[in-house]
Amino acid sequence: MKATIAAPQTKTAPPELEVINLTKRFGTFTALDQVSIKVTPGSFHALLGENGAGKSTLVKCIMGFYTPTSGDVLVDKQSRTIASPKDAHHFGIGMVYQHFTSVPAMTVAENLVLSRYDSPQWINWAAEYDRLDAFMASSPFQIDLRTPIAQLAAGQKQKLEILKQLYLNSRVLILDEPTSVLTPNEADEVLGLLREEVTEGHLSVLMISHKFREVMAFTDEVTVLRKGQLAGHGYVRDLTVDDMAHMMLGEKKEATPVKKVTVADPRSVLELKHLCADRDNGLPAVRSASLTVNSGEIVGIAGVSGNGQRELVEVLAGQRPRHSGDILVNGTPYQSTRREMARHQVYTLPEEPLRNACVPHMSVAENMALRTFDCPPQAKQGWLLSLSNIRRMAEGLVQVFSVKTPSVDTPVGHLSGGNVQRTVLARELSSTEINLLIAANPCFGLDFSAVDYIHSQILAARNRGVAVLLVSEDLDELLKLSDRIFVISDGELVYESPTATADIKTLGQKMAGH
Amino acid sequence: MATEALGLWGVPLAIIAGTLRGSVPFLFVSLGECLTEKSGKINLGLEGTLLMGAMSAYAVSYLTGSPWLGVIVAGVAGMFLGLIHGWLSQQPRVNDVAVGIAMIIFGSGLAFSLGKPFIQPSAPQLPTISLAGWTQIPQLESALSISPLFLVGVAIAPLMQWFFRSSRWGLLIRAVGDSPDAARAMGISIFKVRMASIVAGSFLAGIGGASLSLFYPGSWSERISSGQGLMAVALVIFARWNPVQCLFASLLFGGAQAIGPAMQSVGIDAYYYLFNASPYILTLLIMVITCSPKRTLTGAPGALGQAQE
Repeated sequence: MKATIAAPQTKTAPPELEVINLTKRFGTFTALDQVSIKVTPGSFHALLGENGAGKSTLVKCIMGFYTPTSGDVLVDKQSRTIASPKDAHHFGIGMVYQHFTSVPAMTVAENLVLSRYDSPQWINWAAEYDRLDAFMASSPFQIDLRTPIAQLAAGQKQKLEILKQLYLNSRVLILDEPTSVLTPNEADEVLGLLREEVTEGHLSVLMISHKFREVMAFTDEVTVLRKGQLAGHGYVRDLTVDDMAHMMLGEKKEATPVKKVTVADPRSVLELKHLCADRDNGLPAVRSASLTVNSGEIVGIAGVSGNGQRELVEVLAGQRPRHSGDILVNGTPYQSTRREMARHQVYTLPEEPLRNACVPHMSVAENMALRTFDCPPQAKQGWLLSLSNIRRMAEGLVQVFSVKTPSVDTPVGHLSGGNVQRTVLARELSSTEINLLIAANPCFGLDFSAVDYIHSQILAARNRGVAVLLVSEDLDELLKLSDRIFVISDGELVYESPTATADIKTLGQKMAGH
Repeated sequence: MATEALGLWGVPLAIIAGTLRGSVPFLFVSLGECLTEKSGKINLGLEGTLLMGAMSAYAVSYLTGSPWLGVIVAGVAGMFLGLIHGWLSQQPRVNDVAVGIAMIIFGSGLAFSLGKPFIQPSAPQLPTISLAGWTQIPQLESALSISPLFLVGVAIAPLMQWFFRSSRWGLLIRAVGDSPDAARAMGISIFKVRMASIVAGSFLAGIGGASLSLFYPGSWSERISSGQGLMAVALVIFARWNPVQCLFASLLFGGAQAIGPAMQSVGIDAYYYLFNASPYILTLLIMVITCSPKRTLTGAPGALGQAQE
């Protein structure tokens, strides 16, 4: 083992990984039903499916996080018991998770050494650095070994996660949506380099993905899951995007067409003038951002996560003090107080709604009333709450916004992600006089139908004359919805263009900070 | 007063002597707390652990006549309190600070009730090492006789620093404290790592208590710790979770504690209580200077004090 780490150039061929008739039940719920998949050595295999289709359950069974209810995992044609990720590693299988699993306060070298299952109790750093340098020289990506993880960009962190598996000598890599935090250019670079390794026969890759573009460009084979069952399998060269979408979604679902109405005499609703804000650690996050959002317009802000979007939205939502600069709403200075929000009818759909826009232990009805509980009819004389009115209003909203909840008294923290987002959406979009909407990653982690619903709601608001500021890490979403698009990079708005004439290549370059 | 023979030179001398003596409990408790906090847990209960250590060391030394056995028992008593804290504070949705406060009350209460019979008798003290063989001045001789525990603590600080940097366990503790998710993905048991860190940290704090009752001030009473365990927690923040800086911070706090008695020894009685309060004032000042609503501290373990889901 040590010898192979010392000399990673002696690359062995990847083993064959096969799953036969795997079933996994959680109580009465069947997450996976008789699923089979085969990853042939030296192939790039895509695993497609909607949220909840069972993709993660399948790979977690392979990795030993879950014990399958029935079925077999075969490595090199022999049935194996994999009880933990350590066992999986023993068979040469390694997984790259959707979230980063490196320790932020440690350097790249410390993370790599720590990830090894056989690392010695006492570490001789001089010798380790020699070995790590040799490993880096022969690996597809290079990262400075002495940099702390916290200082790496998202793309570099993702590369490190993959490097970690190569360093562990994993020959079958399982990647869980590896490009969700990367710009299109970074994604192409990472996948392209992996593709080369696969083509040379050093690796097999099983990649969970949503992105048809990446599947078409980089993978050989595709297996599709739907509702825990095998929905299709095939070679990418024989399939079209439509075929795969059909397998993924079952009956053909068309995205609700986007219709945009031009709103008469737009006026400026939100205006930022040289807005600056700091991160938690006191370093600047937003550097002198200036922009205007007009009524009946969606202004998109694109950028890779961690470039100041979060802090910008927090300042607008009143969650973070600004460092300097002005925010004007309807031409008057705006401090994000509750009184001003009510007067100017400013509403927010923040990211992570359970953390930023809900009180998880309070009921759906109470959460839906957070904006209006102190106004009639929900309160009498401004202080005595009418619980029956709060419930009645919530019941109406649950109907209109089709929130799936056992009752309006259920704590909102018990709902699924999509229904939490619908609850917030119901609260924020139900006002008839809404004037300004600030949305941040409103569809993050939601499935196709929820995304479609939220998009149509945002567009409907825009067509009613609402000014919308949409901050998103999903470039496709921004290109679909926004009228004008900005790019934020390292806290600065570095690019502005009407969406219709925006050049996607330039957008990608600006997002990557070039 | 004997120090008066040295005139005003007595003040810095008394402060140096007080620093070497008074910093030992700070040093052990802060190193213990540093180890605990590196794993992501806060143990305010070290105040109670300190008292429990002081009481048990004194009692064992009195009953067996062996002060070194007392030191060991003090550490073991600390580990016992650490086990309780480690288990309680890792239950779902439990806050470490609340558990810590409960453990202060529990630890000190236990020490007071078990320690009642040992307030009067005098127990054998730890031997001291004299660094003053070269001088005949008795004041210097008494000032420069230091505790072997001080030397042990001075040795532990750089060793702990090296442990965090160059040992697998050290890296594991830092990983658990900074990013439990990452640690979990590596298949590490967060519970065990934190439990081990809390228990080892409490062992050190218990020994800090032994130095209170068996070296300086060298007796057992209920007012022996006067909040040094809590101050040591503040000290870890001041030292930015760095063991070697804990050593320097402990010397600073030990020195601040010696200001009052030193002034009194040369006859300056005015503001005696104010000078005696200097370690507390220092704690407050450090808190005010290091805390800001606008930013988080650099060097703090990422998951420090967060309750488990």
